[in-house]
Amino acid sequence: MLSNAQFLQLAIATPLGAALIIACGLPKRFAVKLAAVAFTLPALIALWLWSQFPAENAHQYSFLSTTYTGLADFGISLKLGLNGIALPMFLLAALVGAAAGFYALRSGAERLKLYLLLLLIMHGGLLGVFASVDIFFFYFFHELALIPTFIMVGVWGGRDRHYAAMKLTIYLTAGAMLSLLGLIALYVKSGANSFDLIELTDAIAAGGLDVRAQNWVGGLLLLGFGTLVSLWPLHTWAPLGYGAAPSSAAMLHAGVLKKFGLYGLIQIALPLLPIGMQHWAWKLALLAAFGNVLVVGFVTLAQRDLKQMLGYSSVMHMGYCFLGIACYSVIGSGGVVLLMVAHGLSVALLFLLATSVHHRTHSFDLAEMGGLAQKTPVLAAFFVAATMASIGLPGFANFPGELTVFVALWKFSPGLTAVAVAGVVISAVYGLRAAARIFFGPASEQLQRVHARHPPTDLDWREKLPALILLAALLFFGFYPKAISQPVDQALGHSAATQALFAPMKTR
Amino acid sequence: MSTEFLQAVADSNQWWALGPELTVACGALALLVLEILVPKKDLRFVPHLAVLTLLSTLIVVALNFDQTFGGEALFGGLIKLSAPGQVARVFFLLSSLLVCFLATICLPRARAPRVEFYHIVLVVTAALMLLAQANHFVMFFVALETVTIGFYILVSYYRERALSLEAGLKYLVLGALSSAILLFGIVLLYGAVGRVEQGGIVHTGFEYGTVLAFLRENPGNFLATAGALLVLGGVAFKIGAFPFQIWVPDVYQGAPTPVTAFLAVSSKAAGFAVLLTLVLNVFAPLQAVLVPVLSLLAGATIIFGNLSALTQRNTKRLMGLSGVAHAGYLLLGVIAAFTVPWAAGAVWFYLFTYLLASMAVFGVMAYVAGPDDRAEELDDYAQLAKDRPFLGGVLAVGVGSLAGIPPLAGFMGKLLLFVAAFQAQLYGLLVVAVGGVVVSIFYYFGWIRAAWFEIWTPPAPGAAPAPRPSPTALPFIGVVTLAALVLATVLLGFYPQPLAGWLLAR
Repeated sequence: MLSNAQFLQLAIATPLGAALIIACGLPKRFAVKLAAVAFTLPALIALWLWSQFPAENAHQYSFLSTTYTGLADFGISLKLGLNGIALPMFLLAALVGAAAGFYALRSGAERLKLYLLLLLIMHGGLLGVFASVDIFFFYFFHELALIPTFIMVGVWGGRDRHYAAMKLTIYLTAGAMLSLLGLIALYVKSGANSFDLIELTDAIAAGGLDVRAQNWVGGLLLLGFGTLVSLWPLHTWAPLGYGAAPSSAAMLHAGVLKKFGLYGLIQIALPLLPIGMQHWAWKLALLAAFGNVLVVGFVTLAQRDLKQMLGYSSVMHMGYCFLGIACYSVIGSGGVVLLMVAHGLSVALLFLLATSVHHRTHSFDLAEMGGLAQKTPVLAAFFVAATMASIGLPGFANFPGELTVFVALWKFSPGLTAVAVAGVVISAVYGLRAAARIFFGPASEQLQRVHARHPPTDLDWREKLPALILLAALLFFGFYPKAISQPVDQALGHSAATQALFAPMKTR
Repeated sequence: MSTEFLQAVADSNQWWALGPELTVACGALALLVLEILVPKKDLRFVPHLAVLTLLSTLIVVALNFDQTFGGEALFGGLIKLSAPGQVARVFFLLSSLLVCFLATICLPRARAPRVEFYHIVLVVTAALMLLAQANHFVMFFVALETVTIGFYILVSYYRERALSLEAGLKYLVLGALSSAILLFGIVLLYGAVGRVEQGGIVHTGFEYGTVLAFLRENPGNFLATAGALLVLGGVAFKIGAFPFQIWVPDVYQGAPTPVTAFLAVSSKAAGFAVLLTLVLNVFAPLQAVLVPVLSLLAGATIIFGNLSALTQRNTKRLMGLSGVAHAGYLLLGVIAAFTVPWAAGAVWFYLFTYLLASMAVFGVMAYVAGPDDRAEELDDYAQLAKDRPFLGGVLAVGVGSLAGIPPLAGFMGKLLLFVAAFQAQLYGLLVVAVGGVVVSIFYYFGWIRAAWFEIWTPPAPGAAPAPRPSPTALPFIGVVTLAALVLATVLLGFYPQPLAGWLLAR
């Protein structure tokens, strides 16, 4: 029997190993079967590790293992483990990865083998990101997941795919390079001579960085991670990229990979650079509240293309996450983790369903739809549920997340809370309007013509299975958020180092 | 000169120390002899002989890696073996091996004479290895000129092609200019240092050690400083650093593909081998002058290389100009090496990753170029991934590694350089370098895009669809070599221990 640490290693190695085997020229029939196994196994392992996770000890890393890759002199080693913040994200990655994978298996994409290969690499990278204790590998796995995204957008993308792939590549590489610079700065400035987050924390807790270094390293990380998470005004890649991306890639990127930056801010920047992050808090909060929530919210209202709208709405929801981070409290950061998981699940579900809608309407244009609910009631039910989740209706995981962030935000600034809550109204308007346009009312002439040629069928199992996984998770965390919030609270609040660092904020 | 002195010089002639260079040079001569003795139609084995010579030398050097004759100066102070010198030998042998591989693809296609090419490649390889062991400015200059003259011939090797001849002429004129600058610098140093007599043995300003001792005592000497700067200018020509980079695109484009690869990899690495030796062992006391000058060069090189590569559609020019940018990143490591000792190892690590990636890309270029070697525009790569998935994959990995994308080896190289630069507190340059990397993504990704996303269209719309140039067949040895390069690039990205443990531990 394998130990839990080995299970964690296995979860990351499975998709990457499967990708390698497929790359060596496995016939298509076997490749699809192997990919199915490689998408399932990490999800099962993630669920198992979740059940084994000692919640009362969540501030420490469990399932630790270290592998040396030859840069031990620089303090780089592949150190894997999960703490209370990493665990929910790891679970999210495994679940969304499984859903996106199952969907891709039967998607009938051209050059399916290559598509699955890239998706497997992406999945392995995503699992690695959240399981890495070493911040070098944290970055490394992120890039590993990012590169397949560019190729998938460029090769299998929809409209404007070349332009979108290019823009995505440049923005995200620039963001990644900036955050890499910030991480190297942390490494050099801390004096720990190690990229290991545990050692870095100890070194900084012992010595501490001076205020000036904290300010500029914090700024660098915020700028880099901010670009990756689509902080306004560096967000323009997101709607374009998601609009063009094939559905599984969009699910994985918008659902999971984009959370890399937020996760980095919570796991690395907040505890290590408390003063630096505080220095930028107000600027970040203003950008997030007025840029991401209000401006992008209004832009979302004006969208007529379903996928573009989803892309913009995901940019908008990132605004709440930034606001939660700007609060600098255990509640705020905990709320952001909850919200990240909820948003990851719901946006992945929406991208999946948007593609399903497209299969039945041959269009993403909201004006060319209508009345689909009569012909495809199951699809309509799923879509409305996903929209409700995304708006933040109680019962879905997004609700406790947003609520917690708003509670924390009230302490930080009641004014900004008002702006944020206004954002919820905006998202309710565009979300419900989109659902109404697609599924209710009379069908447009164009749609009738399409349906005359291709009579629509309701969701089949290849679409239902991944959608069910995501919806079930959304409902579960909606009714029982404690499953996430308990380890997160523990990790954020009870770590001695973090407590010392958060202390000045609490008295304020 | 006293007899004792001559005796001492004779005693220091350790011929075994030059074994690798001698073997390679003898191999070169043997090729010429064989050309006379063997009928022309039987000369097929020439490439194999060249490869065999290089391979056996490589194995012998690798096995005797730690044999550096105690770090003593040999041949009366002309030669000094050292660990970096051994690394350089391995590097040049490996690079020449791959150049010979590329030549087996391109030369038969162009119907160019065979023997002379491999002969010159071997001679240049021997000179490159000598260059890295030089401990004396005369030795340095002779070795460098042997390399350069070899390249004059190689660049214009396709005698009936105008572009190749033009490239040869450009390289000749500018190369001669840089040699003159270099020689002037050496003479100035010689003049400033003069003759130093020590225990009956006369040392001159040609010896590295003497120059170092002189500069330690007179770091402000104007003549010596000017000499050092001129010498570095001559070296900057080799590595294609600003402001001596202007020859790069034309010469790279005109030269036959194997020669372009040779220039891009070996010639550049030779410049850095020399630069590291000079900067760390000879001109170290001039740090106060050299660091700002080199920083300026590095920044300008990165900016020029990346910006000028942005608009290129010709892949050889693209490789050349992006190579200029790589020289800029490497200069960052050289500057860092003043204060961070392990940075020299990082520079070599980067050069090895650059070798693997560049040779993979040049291999793809050689196969894509078609029977007349003309298909080297980005448009010629359209649909490559669909028609020839193997070459498309190799190209993606090679270009990705050059762009420094994880998890490929090129990323580890950049990371190590950047960490070294951070520790040396070169913040301004780091910002420029990171900006450059982001810009480079645009053109590197453009190449991948051309190979992976575009659909090939006949050049003239409306006209009858011209057939695509028939592709060069991919033999088994080509698949093995390219696959090995790709595999090494990927594995070193995940697990850099084999290379890093070897280069950075010393």
